[in-house]
Amino acid sequence: MPIIDVDNLTYYYPGSSKPALANISLNVEKGDFLLITGPSGSGKSTLVRTFNGLIPHLFGGRFEGKVLVKGKDTRYCSVAELSKTVGIVFQDPENQILTLSVEREIAFGLENLGLPRKVIRERIEKVLKDLNIVHLRERIPLELSVGEQQKVIVASIIAMMPEVLVFDEPTAHMDPLSALKFLELVHELNKRGYTVVVVEHRLDLVAKYANKIIILNDGRIVVKGEPRNILPSNIAEECGVDVPRYIRFFKRISNLAKISRYPISDKEAAETLKEVLGYGGSY
Amino acid sequence: MEEAIEVRNLWYIYPNGVVALKGINLEIRLGEKVAIVGPNGAGKSTLIKHFNGLLKPTKGVVRVFGVDTRKTTVATLARRIGIVFQNPYHQFFSEKVWDEVAFALKNFGFPEETIRHRVTKVLRLFDLYDYADRSPFTLSSGEMRRLAMASILAYDPDIIVFDEPTVGQDRFHKEKIREYIKLLSSQGKTIILVTHDIDFVVEEFNRLIVMSEGRIIADGAPREILYNEEILTKASLILPQIPRLVKYSEIPFLLKHKPLTEDELLIAVLGILRGDGGRC
Repeated sequence: MPIIDVDNLTYYYPGSSKPALANISLNVEKGDFLLITGPSGSGKSTLVRTFNGLIPHLFGGRFEGKVLVKGKDTRYCSVAELSKTVGIVFQDPENQILTLSVEREIAFGLENLGLPRKVIRERIEKVLKDLNIVHLRERIPLELSVGEQQKVIVASIIAMMPEVLVFDEPTAHMDPLSALKFLELVHELNKRGYTVVVVEHRLDLVAKYANKIIILNDGRIVVKGEPRNILPSNIAEECGVDVPRYIRFFKRISNLAKISRYPISDKEAAETLKEVLGYGGSY
Repeated sequence: MEEAIEVRNLWYIYPNGVVALKGINLEIRLGEKVAIVGPNGAGKSTLIKHFNGLLKPTKGVVRVFGVDTRKTTVATLARRIGIVFQNPYHQFFSEKVWDEVAFALKNFGFPEETIRHRVTKVLRLFDLYDYADRSPFTLSSGEMRRLAMASILAYDPDIIVFDEPTVGQDRFHKEKIREYIKLLSSQGKTIILVTHDIDFVVEEFNRLIVMSEGRIIADGAPREILYNEEILTKASLILPQIPRLVKYSEIPFLLKHKPLTEDELLIAVLGILRGDGGRC
């Protein structure tokens, strides 16, 4: 059974006559790293908001089809209940921070779950260590850098032990090095067993980690599959997806040199370039 | 060429004691196109807030068109220098998209007819015309950024500062922003871009200023700066995509040519494929 099963979902925001999502069907399986991308306004954030019931419960609107989270229909489960399985990290950490210390921030969700003090304390210790932020314990979250704030949000969500971590443009406010490191952390969490869904524009930094990609356009899934096969396709380019420049480059020279397999990371791209130019593995 | 902005030994200390700028020296000439990069917390936003007088130097001088920013008002400066801030949320206060764009024009006393004409023009340009009657706060974050840009460009300042305009924009809108910057530049406007989007910079800008910990650590041609490991490490920058590929490939000919963009790499590679590039 998939962890998240979206079945022919069509959704209209309240008062809107145009669907924000139309006929969406997709599965997220345990262990997946699903990358969702597409132009702005294509429905990416709307789609992930259906994964923990924020849509329809918080936003209202017209909701057709269904979303099953571990077999449970989201229309008949509360957001609180669904959040035990699916945790969402939004793009602006400032809007998610509630307290005056990192420790309190992590404790907040756990207290709401009604866990005993001892368990709360153990879980806080564990996530601080797991995310390498023990040194931030006493700090005021709003005074941290955006990269650190996002880590604190991730810590507070991981502490609740969801199975799926959803990231909605988590690096939007980060400098490139912080973004690179944050996406490495997401990759690491996926390797440790978390199922991961990431909405992201910086495909050059993230595509290599994903086993599945979905491109949304105008509320519809235009294409889905493995990033290596999807990103070089013309449809990705036509939808306004920021296809990594090395893929665009190899597409441009593909009539001059045979490209047997499109690269999906910088390192693979460098190998492909050496191959094309006859600089073989003798390096 | 006339100096648009002149910064002399600028220091800025926030009321909480944080020293954000530590002796900045900088000249930006009229009509120049300059990109400022650096990690979060490097002082980029603090610096640009000095350009329209939102912040006044703790020490040192900032002159805009020869006028000391301490001796004039933000309102006066704003007429000639427009800043499109990165968090549009903090910038909007009108109930409708249309009024948001018209606001500054009304304040500057433009006639009704001109206001109507200009607002229509910029809203169309930024794909926002259909949203004219909506509240700015109901827009997506990408749309909000475009609205922030539209409201500044409507009153046609001489210097335009863009703070992270490409964040959250898809490729189509990045292209649009790129075209717009080109257009403004061809009209003789001075463009200052603060960004993390280094790929956007290398394709469009020929002067790059790198900031780190309140100082300018490099100011010059992107090609020289971006192939300099020492500067990159110091500024926590990551290489743009094409130089990254060249670096990992370790192909001497390419390392020597230092291509920055897809087009430049293509030319270099065609050179090698044709045989006039030399395999070393």
